[in-house]
Amino acid sequence: MTGKPPFEPWGRYPKYNANVVPLQWQSDFPAIVSRYGGMHNGALAVGMGRSYGDVCLLKDGNLMVTTGMNRILGWDPETGILTAEAGMTLAQILDFCVPRGYFLPVTPGTKYVTLGGAIANDIHGKNHHVAGTFGCHVPEFELVRSDGTHLRCSATENPDWYAATIGGLGLTGVITWAKLKMKPIVSRKIDYEGIQFHGVDEFLALTEASKHVEYTVSWIDCSSTGKNFARGVFMQGDHTRNPGELKPSPEPKLIFPIEAPGFMLNSASVAAFNTVFFHKQMKKRVTALQDYEPFFYPLDKVLKWNRMYGTSGLLQFQYAIPWEHAREGTIAILNEVAKSGLASFLAVLKAFGDVPSPGLLSFPQPGITLALDFPIKPGKSFPLFDRLAQMTLEFGGKLYPAKDARMTATQYQKSYPEWQQFLRYKDPLLSSSFWERVTREE
Amino acid sequence: MSERVLVLGATSGIAEATCRVWAKQGASLVLVGRSADKLAAVAADLRARGARLVETAVADLDDTARHPQLLADSINALGGLDVAYLAHGIMGEQQQSEEDFNAAAQVLYTNFLSPVSLCTWLSNYFVKQGRGVLAVISSVAGERGRKSNYVYGSSKAGLSAFLDGLRNRVDRQGVTVLTIKPGPVKTAMTMGMKGSEKFADPDKVAQSIVDAIHAKKDVLYVPGIWKIIMFVIRHIPESVFKKLNL
Repeated sequence: MTGKPPFEPWGRYPKYNANVVPLQWQSDFPAIVSRYGGMHNGALAVGMGRSYGDVCLLKDGNLMVTTGMNRILGWDPETGILTAEAGMTLAQILDFCVPRGYFLPVTPGTKYVTLGGAIANDIHGKNHHVAGTFGCHVPEFELVRSDGTHLRCSATENPDWYAATIGGLGLTGVITWAKLKMKPIVSRKIDYEGIQFHGVDEFLALTEASKHVEYTVSWIDCSSTGKNFARGVFMQGDHTRNPGELKPSPEPKLIFPIEAPGFMLNSASVAAFNTVFFHKQMKKRVTALQDYEPFFYPLDKVLKWNRMYGTSGLLQFQYAIPWEHAREGTIAILNEVAKSGLASFLAVLKAFGDVPSPGLLSFPQPGITLALDFPIKPGKSFPLFDRLAQMTLEFGGKLYPAKDARMTATQYQKSYPEWQQFLRYKDPLLSSSFWERVTREE
Repeated sequence: MSERVLVLGATSGIAEATCRVWAKQGASLVLVGRSADKLAAVAADLRARGARLVETAVADLDDTARHPQLLADSINALGGLDVAYLAHGIMGEQQQSEEDFNAAAQVLYTNFLSPVSLCTWLSNYFVKQGRGVLAVISSVAGERGRKSNYVYGSSKAGLSAFLDGLRNRVDRQGVTVLTIKPGPVKTAMTMGMKGSEKFADPDKVAQSIVDAIHAKKDVLYVPGIWKIIMFVIRHIPESVFKKLNL
């Protein structure tokens, strides 16, 4: 959150007025949740506001900001199980755990998200094919409902609430604390390998050949057509097995200073960037011993990089298409993007594995996921988004709520049929602008 | 031996962040605050982060009659004392203080009289011991009264002046008095306030405070830019200042 109304998510669209309520102490919790939930348009617990769209917004409602609740409640150096309040960020968890020889079991491309937000969106990382989603590593958490009920949730205790809350978009109640099973490491370094590829088939072959590698992800150039169509760099890595320094990387210092004028990011500049990025790696294949920071969080280095897109913002489009149609769907969508002439600065391609998530409404499913971001130009990017969303659905896929601000109610309800089952667990006083949008009648 | 620190008002945002720096260094801490639940939450966190010892004491620091016993018990629990850190205080409602003297008196009591009582006892203890650091949170708001918060500001002005005098008295007896003057800090108290995204990060403020204590500094403006800002504000002629909307 930016700290002043109107509130905007990371993508800076949409922007809504809301009342800010700090959630600082677990002991104050039940009273605050029931009080503000019962006021105006209800309430929503939010963390860092790093979701791209309206899943972390509640128009004219009460946003209960949890970032002050970032205490560690317990640490077991034997099992690597951390118990922490839900407002603790992944960056704060790394600062604590890396010197103790542990790393996050699953991490997204930014470390500035909270533990509660990571559970509510059941986030995924570059190791989805071996580790599954974030929720797979959360053995237990506590949920506070607006009626004051406290529920301890795990696979065996209140298992239905456990399933509804992982990926439940913060709507089942407020997560107060959670346990997270960390992963042992002996160094902060990653054995990295980058491999150039041309086309979706080469990407799929590399994915197949790298099944044993823990982290894999691909950057893809979606502005090029012809012989350069779907060229990219396949990036993979493992935590190195050679003992080394266990020190968290220092906080990034570079802050994107200004609102960029809209013309800075156009198809020409993105095409130039893509060409430079592709050829930055001179050889077909490179290897390196890299710090975890640039490997996992290349963009965190530039704090507030969303300003690069100017005040109108950006929106990500991320789908998951099941294997059955993954190849043809990906090619068709990349073609549609290239044809549109709209530039995506950061296009990320990855295969999801088949480790099941405990969550009812989780996004990842076996197949291919593609994330694209576009500067928001209502007359131009929205029609493209709408076409891509429709195509995704036709290929049996679904979109990622954490990155969405456009999906229609029909699209959501068709691709997340479990939503009706979920209604039983939704807290009556909590809601989000996303939820209002995708559950209203059409 | 690890540093032994007594923290008064330990559940305030700045104090909690400072305690985390000490915990990481393996310090022993006694935390004093009003709420047992909140103290327990802070204490659990500090233990996990590596504090050697964490004890808590529930107390209303407005109850100055209880100070001698509270302080003696705390020092006893720590087995001695190296640093006393006073971080309690209230913002008050300026509007309410303008309408009702009792509201203003409450702000003055909590922000000025209570620390005066604690500092008197603690400085005498440190003088007897021949060493010790008394670190007290005042505010840049005490540098010049402004219509938007002059009751809070005057309580902090009084406190800063008291600390100046105390430093002058005990410095040659081996006791350090550190006056901490923070600008606005991002805490629950300031969340949602206009411009709060530009406020200082409590973790950075905390690190500066611990560094200043180790360096035996006298006055700390944090972030440092406030030293310049307040220099300018103090030098605006009154004939101009009284017409400003600050």
